[in-house]
Amino acid sequence: MIELRVNGQSHNVSADPDTPLLYVLRDELQLNAAKFGCGLGQCGSCTVLVDGAPTLSCVTPIMLLEGRQITTVEGLGTREEPGPMQRAFIEEQSAQCGYCIPGMMMRAQALLQRNPRATDAEIRAYLEPNLCRCGTHMRILRAVKRAASMMTGPDASPTTRTPVPASTEVGTSEIDSDAQRDRRHSEKRERPER
Amino acid sequence: MNILSRRAVLRGTGALVLSFSLTPAAWTQGAGAKLPGSLGKNPSLDAWIRIDADGKITAFTGKAELGQGIRTALTQVVAEELEVPFEQVSLVTADTSRTVDEGYTAGSHSVQDSGTALRNAAAQVREILIAEAARRLKALPGQLHADTGAVIGPNSARVTYAELVSSNLLHAEAQPTSKLKDPTFFKVIDKPIQRVDIPGKVTGGAAYVQDIRLPGMLHARVVRPPSAGAKLASLDVSNIEKMTGVVKVIRDGNFLAVVAYREFQAIQAMRALSRVARWSESASLPSHLPAFLLGLPSQDFVILDQHAAAAQPALKTLEATYTRPYLSHGSVGPSCAVAHLTEGVMTIWTHTQGVYPDRRAISEMLGMSPDKVHCIHVEGSGCYGHNGADDAAADAALIASSMPDQPIRVQWMREQEHGWEPHGPAMVAKARASLDSAGHIVDWDYGVWSNTHTMRPGPAGSLLAAQHMEKAFPVPEPEPIPQPEGGGDRNALPLYVLPNAKVTHHFLRQMPVRVSALRSLGAHMNVFAIESFMDELAVAGGLDPVVFRLAHLEDSRARDVVTAAADEFHWSARATPAGGHGYGFGFARYKNLAAYCAVVMQVHVDRDTGRIRVLRVAAAVDTGQVINPDGVRNQIEGGILQSLSWAMFEGVTFDSTRITSIDWSTYPILRFGSVPESLTVRIIDRPGTPFLGCGEAAQGPATAALANAVANATGKRIRDLPLNAARIKAL
Repeated sequence: MIELRVNGQSHNVSADPDTPLLYVLRDELQLNAAKFGCGLGQCGSCTVLVDGAPTLSCVTPIMLLEGRQITTVEGLGTREEPGPMQRAFIEEQSAQCGYCIPGMMMRAQALLQRNPRATDAEIRAYLEPNLCRCGTHMRILRAVKRAASMMTGPDASPTTRTPVPASTEVGTSEIDSDAQRDRRHSEKRERPER
Repeated sequence: MNILSRRAVLRGTGALVLSFSLTPAAWTQGAGAKLPGSLGKNPSLDAWIRIDADGKITAFTGKAELGQGIRTALTQVVAEELEVPFEQVSLVTADTSRTVDEGYTAGSHSVQDSGTALRNAAAQVREILIAEAARRLKALPGQLHADTGAVIGPNSARVTYAELVSSNLLHAEAQPTSKLKDPTFFKVIDKPIQRVDIPGKVTGGAAYVQDIRLPGMLHARVVRPPSAGAKLASLDVSNIEKMTGVVKVIRDGNFLAVVAYREFQAIQAMRALSRVARWSESASLPSHLPAFLLGLPSQDFVILDQHAAAAQPALKTLEATYTRPYLSHGSVGPSCAVAHLTEGVMTIWTHTQGVYPDRRAISEMLGMSPDKVHCIHVEGSGCYGHNGADDAAADAALIASSMPDQPIRVQWMREQEHGWEPHGPAMVAKARASLDSAGHIVDWDYGVWSNTHTMRPGPAGSLLAAQHMEKAFPVPEPEPIPQPEGGGDRNALPLYVLPNAKVTHHFLRQMPVRVSALRSLGAHMNVFAIESFMDELAVAGGLDPVVFRLAHLEDSRARDVVTAAADEFHWSARATPAGGHGYGFGFARYKNLAAYCAVVMQVHVDRDTGRIRVLRVAAAVDTGQVINPDGVRNQIEGGILQSLSWAMFEGVTFDSTRITSIDWSTYPILRFGSVPESLTVRIIDRPGTPFLGCGEAAQGPATAALANAVANATGKRIRDLPLNAARIKAL
């Protein structure tokens, strides 16, 4: 048994220790967001965060992940209470088939947690490993910019906070606290991407 | 009459829908009474729209959501004509037990065919409801109108649809004409309503066939031969069967698969099985591709041959040959399917583009009666044509047929999708034309060499599993898709006004590489070739490429799109090409009968590195009556970017025996670093005109605009796709 911490919850997992995280997320924990795209670490569809760093779950065996904080798209918010990254993708209608999108979101999330003021060029460069086949790139870039402005905008800053609808505020503040926590983790324990 | 069992319906979707007629033969149409869109495929209104006693509205389409947004667009159409809020309509998509057989979801036909059918059906249902309300209120129908799910009569009398529907009210035959709403009063159509599927997809909802988890479901992986035509020479499965988690190893002729409890166990067993399988292969793949294609025996169709006396004699004659390699659909998610044989019924959840054709093919493969095979469309990763979807469905069904009562999930691996999907055909086009002294085209001769662009099921033999099993089914004979839509010759007829023109489709029957439909079929190649050649002619005549095109265009909507794209780009204010910068234009009306699209581009070409940077893109599109402007924009943006990927990076590679482009490192595609800096789309709305569809309109024009921009930037023309770094550096 390996204990995995996914989206803040602990799970005892019976899969073989060399099983890539992706199959455990999808099949054992029944989390849909991370996708099988290549199994080779070439496309980014399976991207999740491990201690805040973007990680290709299709080539990362679970034996390496005990005690680490794993975050998937499900950890960014829910359909009812979407987080800033999710809201941004909905508002910009940044999907066609949408299969690559969760991986895009997690990679962008990793960037914005470290650098919420990332420039257009930095966003493009950072998303380079992730493939989209529908050609939704322009919208993905717009969504990441929008997410960044949500994360750095007035409703995210305690000093300049302006009144926002209650439902929005709940979602935002929850995610912000997640993001801050993840940022602390990633500062403490930066690891190379796989 | 096919009455669904409650059980079968529940098995399919978890929701109960009452029975309705699925038998078009029960209806006979009067002579000449052509029904709009796909309505003729089943003229019973309740095959398309149902209103339950509790007011719940369900619409049914035989088309499938492929990520192109039709779930949202078709719902908009129904809500508009029924006068109900968008949110109140739920849409059931392609399912052999529930929806009309609308063939394939392909060819940019969904909105044109199903959207038109649903719009007319909804309008006719609304009028039936108004008539029923008039009867009950003892009023004249003209005194009543529909509003927000109810019919409103004199003195504000209000009867809801739920109150009006009785068991058979909508079991009525559709009529050829409908009282369609005046576009001036549209509240839902032509509005950028947000896609209904996106919230689920960005929050981890179960959205794809890959996300289906049935109780007791087992994971299967197929071991494909290393090359097409390879035969299994020897196999010892004893060690595989002993592997942890392995439930079964399946061998049926050259069809090999493993079934395991867990997914990664299936993958490990697949790898082990692959290692012990010995195959005999033969070298059957061609080298020197364009020459090889031109050397194949061809069946020639002259699709245009017109002669008129030219006003002026020919002054200059140009000739050019253009080529395209085989292209991969390259779905980001490899194909997947779930199949379950229970109580003699095979249920298959599949991301196929055609549930009914798939049912025919799979039932033939399994020797089952088609009514015992139930295909349900569930979204997969975007397919862009005939990818591995149907084959994965057949794989799952063949495995499940030997393991009754155990749901089987088959997931293809990356190398299987790249190696075994039917590729978009390689093509060659040759063009020759002459200009007079005024720069007008006086003669035109164009030929295109191509395989078929559809090997879809149909017959069982189009499925890999059926080709590989012991009782193998033969690959069906390829057939060309006739004009006016065309296959390899799609868009081979220029829309330009040409006094003398001959166009020949050289149909190649021999298929060294497995091929089938890729988004836009031959239109991509033909538009690339024709629009490149138009640019070459414009340059030869010393004319501006846009002016030159307009001088040969009479169709006013074509002229409007060309002018709008040029305007959107500020074409006439562009700088003189210098310092590696260049500008290019491309235009086509898809199939010469669907959407008009023009794409304009500014690129920077670095001849030392071979890198093309696409700086600025502007497009204009006329897709008739727009249903969802943001949906149109999304399709055009996506079409342009995908086409840029094809044009800059892509080509299937192979040695004499095997496909060698089997992943993203051997088949590179566009990444963020090559995405344009800006891209704008101008939509020319044509309220009240027929829907034209837009899913494939940009593929040809975008590749053409790129090629023309690169030629403009470098002064040299590349006529072979892709315009990759090696070809740029060799200029």
